[in-house]
Amino acid sequence: MAAKVVTITSGKGGVGKTTTTANLGVALARMDQKVVLIDADIGLRNLDIVMGLENRIVYDLVDIVEGRCKLRQALIKHKMFPDLYLIPAAQTRDKTAVSPADMIQLTDQLRQEMDFILIDSPAGIERGFRNAVAPADEVLIVTNPEVSAVRDADRVIGLLEAENKKTPRLILNRAKLDQIRKGEMMSAEDVTDILAIKLIGIIPEDDQVVPSSNSGVPITLNEGSRAGQAFRNIARRLMGEDVPFMNLDESNNLIKRLGRLFAGGKGI
Amino acid sequence: MAGFLDRMLGKTNKPKTSATAKERLQFILVHDRINLPPEHMEQMKQEILAVISKYVDVDDSGVDIALQKRDRDSLLVAEVPFSRRAESVELDDDLPDEDDAFLHDNRPTDAL
Repeated sequence: MAAKVVTITSGKGGVGKTTTTANLGVALARMDQKVVLIDADIGLRNLDIVMGLENRIVYDLVDIVEGRCKLRQALIKHKMFPDLYLIPAAQTRDKTAVSPADMIQLTDQLRQEMDFILIDSPAGIERGFRNAVAPADEVLIVTNPEVSAVRDADRVIGLLEAENKKTPRLILNRAKLDQIRKGEMMSAEDVTDILAIKLIGIIPEDDQVVPSSNSGVPITLNEGSRAGQAFRNIARRLMGEDVPFMNLDESNNLIKRLGRLFAGGKGI
Repeated sequence: MAGFLDRMLGKTNKPKTSATAKERLQFILVHDRINLPPEHMEQMKQEILAVISKYVDVDDSGVDIALQKRDRDSLLVAEVPFSRRAESVELDDDLPDEDDAFLHDNRPTDAL
């Protein structure tokens, strides 16, 4: 068994990297995968609180790298899934406390025992980003359908190309279907046209995302949530399954549908 | 009536901001990717034209030099038509002798 290392990054902050990492981790664990999540955002720790594990931290990433604890001691086990672990970021240090080589060494130690190692990258394109992508077998770019987020995503894709990394795949987060339909927001097709990389998932805007992180329970555990479903689909695609893209058109109103049909709207 | 139908179906003549976003991004990202800001592009265009004009007469009105993208690669595509008038002038001229050719070679410095 050799784990796949998947890094979740974006360039721009606040587009949903941490939410994505947490949800993909839980979705993979639900499918009986052994998963470790690594929060690489040193100094701005937050994957622990989104996962509901903030009260269990004893050791962190920097403690492992600097040899203050054994790797095993820093793995925080999830409450619901015995094969889902978190390595939290250090809160009181900065990104220079860890090097890309440290990250490669750490993930190499974990590869034999795990199926997936997901790394939550910090925003930006500096040291923290370089640490996060150094050991990656696959990179997922999270973006929102907004000009600023898409431009930053393009920059990150360019940097990955320059490092000869495998071409990343795209997660379009916070897609608002009604706005896309009205031409007020770029569609997934628009964004993939611009960035020229393949899509691995579209997450529809979902009012339940904030309440679920309020309580530290990732939304993918909520069976009825469309965003949760979208994350579960991405997890299956990461496992190599060919999952068709969801029909995100939630409206079943006949008149609206007919109207769109006549208007030539394709949805996303 | 057609206008009313269009409004009913959500079609208006207002340009869609999503299309504007896509256009603006496609323009700026070609520049971002090769680290050539649009204002330098303009300067580069002028210099390219100046070089070409050293050798041939260019029809300025038909010049189109622009960046394009092909997947994630950027390329410079130049359409530089030559001026017709220059051709006919050349044709009317006698064959240039050695001195004329020498003068011709010197023209670039003026053009710049």
